[in-house]
Amino acid sequence: MSEAREYKYIGQRTVRPDGFDKVTGRAAFGADLSLPGMIWGKILRSPYAHASIKSIDTSKAEAHPDVMAVVTYQDYPAVSSGGFEPGDGPTDLRDLARNVLADDKALYHGHAILAIAARTEAAAEKALSLVDIDYEVLKPVMDVADAMQPDSAVLHADLFTKGLAEQPENPSNIATRMELKKGDIEAGFAAAEVVVERDFYTPTVHQGYIEPHATTVRYDDDGQSMVWCSTQGHFDVRASTAKLLSMDLGKLKVIASEIGGGFGGKTTVYLEPVALMLSKKSGRPVKMTMTRDEVFRASGPGSATRSTVKIGAKKDGTITAMQAKLCYEAGAFKGSPMGPGCMTVFTPYDVENIYIEGYDVVVNKPKVAAYRAPGAPQAEFAAEMVINELADELNIDPIELRLQNAAKEGTQTVYGPKLKAVGLVECLEAAKNSPHYKQALPKNQGRGLAAGFWFNIGGQSSVVINMNPDGTGTIVEGNPDIGGSRASMQLMAAEELGIDVSKLNPIVADTEHVPYSATTGGSRTTFATGMAVIEAARDVVQQMKERAASVWNVTTEQVDWADGVAINMTSDDRLTAAEICRGAERTGGQISGRGNINARGAGPSFAVHLCDVEVDKETGKVDVVRYTAIQDAGKAIHPSYVEGQYQGGAAQGIGWALNEEYIYNEDGVMENAGFLDYRIPLASDLPMIDTIIVEVPNAFHPFGVRGVGETGIVPPLAAVATAISDSIGVRMTHLPCSPPRVLKAIQDAS
Amino acid sequence: MVSVVYEAPGSVADAVTLLVNSDITASVLAGGTDLLIQMQSMVNETRLVVDLKKIPEMMNAILDDEGLQLGPCMSCAEFTSREDIKLVYPGLVESAYLIGSTQIQGRASIGGNLCNSSPAADTVPALIANNARCVIVGPSGERSLTVEEFTTGVGENCLAKGELVSLIKVPRPAANTSDAYLRFIPRSEMDIAVAGAGVSITLDEDGICTAARVSIGAVAPIVLVVPEAADALLGTKVDTTALQAVADAASAASTPITDRRGTHEYRRHVVGVLAKRAAAIAAERVRGVQS
Repeated sequence: MSEAREYKYIGQRTVRPDGFDKVTGRAAFGADLSLPGMIWGKILRSPYAHASIKSIDTSKAEAHPDVMAVVTYQDYPAVSSGGFEPGDGPTDLRDLARNVLADDKALYHGHAILAIAARTEAAAEKALSLVDIDYEVLKPVMDVADAMQPDSAVLHADLFTKGLAEQPENPSNIATRMELKKGDIEAGFAAAEVVVERDFYTPTVHQGYIEPHATTVRYDDDGQSMVWCSTQGHFDVRASTAKLLSMDLGKLKVIASEIGGGFGGKTTVYLEPVALMLSKKSGRPVKMTMTRDEVFRASGPGSATRSTVKIGAKKDGTITAMQAKLCYEAGAFKGSPMGPGCMTVFTPYDVENIYIEGYDVVVNKPKVAAYRAPGAPQAEFAAEMVINELADELNIDPIELRLQNAAKEGTQTVYGPKLKAVGLVECLEAAKNSPHYKQALPKNQGRGLAAGFWFNIGGQSSVVINMNPDGTGTIVEGNPDIGGSRASMQLMAAEELGIDVSKLNPIVADTEHVPYSATTGGSRTTFATGMAVIEAARDVVQQMKERAASVWNVTTEQVDWADGVAINMTSDDRLTAAEICRGAERTGGQISGRGNINARGAGPSFAVHLCDVEVDKETGKVDVVRYTAIQDAGKAIHPSYVEGQYQGGAAQGIGWALNEEYIYNEDGVMENAGFLDYRIPLASDLPMIDTIIVEVPNAFHPFGVRGVGETGIVPPLAAVATAISDSIGVRMTHLPCSPPRVLKAIQDAS
Repeated sequence: MVSVVYEAPGSVADAVTLLVNSDITASVLAGGTDLLIQMQSMVNETRLVVDLKKIPEMMNAILDDEGLQLGPCMSCAEFTSREDIKLVYPGLVESAYLIGSTQIQGRASIGGNLCNSSPAADTVPALIANNARCVIVGPSGERSLTVEEFTTGVGENCLAKGELVSLIKVPRPAANTSDAYLRFIPRSEMDIAVAGAGVSITLDEDGICTAARVSIGAVAPIVLVVPEAADALLGTKVDTTALQAVADAASAASTPITDRRGTHEYRRHVVGVLAKRAAAIAAERVRGVQS
């Protein structure tokens, strides 16, 4: 990114290419495909949170006249424990297999045990009731604190803690201990004049995507098997499914349907390998859909955490030491986002002495999946709450305290690299100058502010731009569009090609029609796939110039390209892109550009959120009355979508702060597995969320793009909880701040 | 999954005949907003569903000098759009307006809310506060009960086989009377009451309370009448002291459970807050008309 550039297309609020299909109901989602001869698959799930499976008798189910296949883990080739990197992070293949269908242990209520395919859904359900399973019920381990106790029941006899100084002798629920440090933490606290230390809790939460998991598959022994599903990454569905069924990648085509929300929760497989095995055994296409109840109990929620954060500062506001202990529930199998939690917790601050320890702990809950900035909201909630308390103790404005210690270009992160140009200071300044912050707070309200950080990632993306004989083009990408990325691809291609947005059609192709593209996650798509689009567009431009040169009988170097027109620098003759495409037949055949890249240089995005609340002191109910989300986009390609991401992140974070939680009974059974009692915010619960787009360009992207999808969920937890604390005069440290919890805090204080 | 034998009789008598003669389990269908959800969790059952919405008198509401004669299956949307009814029973209309969402209110009915017999039914405390009665028709004729007598437990009521509620009668309130209903939910809409309170109040010319009814929901197996809370209002100007006594009496009368919607301590406290606030609103409504 050299200098500020005037853009013709980028920054416009164009009509979304997927809009018409979605508002007319024509868009095809995960459950919308049916095939001739198709049958239905259903999963039998564990009624216990923790149990040994002694025996399974499916004979009565198999005798049912409409049953066409029964599948248990024994139908799959054995897989050994080992690293494998599909989706949003490394996965242990054996854990993945055991999560898809349990082997000798049921590890959470709702854990898939076996599957049955039958001619009708009703027959499949009936057949499930004919299966006899002998369980030995074990004590469930439902909280990270209990799970870490030396005398706790152990989920996995072969799980030994990694990251300890000495090799442990006994198995444990602690999968990994991690440590990050910088400077001298003891000296840092010794230099502090004020120290604040608090314990925090965040509950298990769900992404709450509206579309449940669904798939339709067809296994073909001879040729090409097919999986249609709702996913954020169909190439990684292919990788996981092919591994579990021991197939060549080339024998399996995965088609990503239109997707009704994912937020990280659709980055792994649940139904696909089961449906494909049912199809293999029955010889029929198989459809499977999860109910909402199954989505809550048996997909991948976000980790519950317990953490302690301690921060020390001098009276002038200089932070001298930051310390955190962060304990994450992974669910039934190792692999919580504890690592990113440790890496993000203090990154908004440029502080010399830092010490962080993290624990990844298994419990009898569903295996967690990514959830929008996985691990960061929980960790930064704790850090930001302590920062705000410190600001009060020091009697320094919370924005000033942050400005004084803000991370900026050159700040040494605790996890490795030095930060490049980042926009935290700019976000803090924008917050300070916002109408929201300048407005005095009405008497009965409370105000909270918090910062947030997320890395963002790059990775592999593949794009082909096929030019048509009339000068229109098709942008073929491999990234399911969960946040408006098709509109951004269209804008970036239009900018680079100089061809109007309306002439370019972006599509998400299946695994056969474009090379591997990493899953849509880590806020990578507009950044990385956008770079692939730019590269493909530049390839098209180069070819257009070559074709024009051949028409004019000049060298390619003698052809310039501007605004979609080739210019003969020797004669000032011109050929438009459409003219070159129309003449392609005579200049060597059709034109297509390619951009297959592994993008480096994702720019982190910082955010600052402001929240005003009013608390009903007699009922503990919190109303969010004003909210402003400020975030660095690097460069907003499609500002409406950028604002939508800010607002969506804020809305989810507000839900996390106020009401969302998995409620378990003493047997480890979730009691609120539905949207009636798992309370995500309704439109009427929220004020209009104001947004401010800050643009500090990312030097590694041709247009300066930073991912914007995830950071927005990081600040709301602390912004809301601080506003409540400000309103009631009690520090809220446990989420959610549901009415009973807030009322109790008020009553205990009085 | 359940398979349904569907009937839509044109008269109450025909409906009763269908229900009495059914040899499979029969359900009465009003709006279906509870029944259809319940049917989703039934496994391999055949059920007779008798839809009452084709019976004209079940869908009507007549307001006259005697009071309100409400067809139990009238949709909440239609009910809450009746300005004449709202003028007389603002609290009852508010309670119907709180059920579900706009879409749900297009189907849901007050009769259905009553017969589903949930302790959290929003319209029931408001009906009780207004001294409502229900008329029950069955194979052995007609009988009438107060609404507070109707529900006997969680999901249980007085209806015997073949019986249905054919009419809800709400007497016209005395002069200088008004009502209010409040419920608590953690969000702003589309939720089920954690606690609810319906209050009717009569004031004399000096603003002194001469009659009151207080009813609370979602804090016991059935919706409760709380005479102690009503007594706390009698002879007062519905001032802060009286209102606090209402709150204390309502809390004391409640016997809530702890579940996913709230702890028992919380419900007990909040039902008092709601009773107090509903009483204040009802009194304010009377004063508004008086002045």
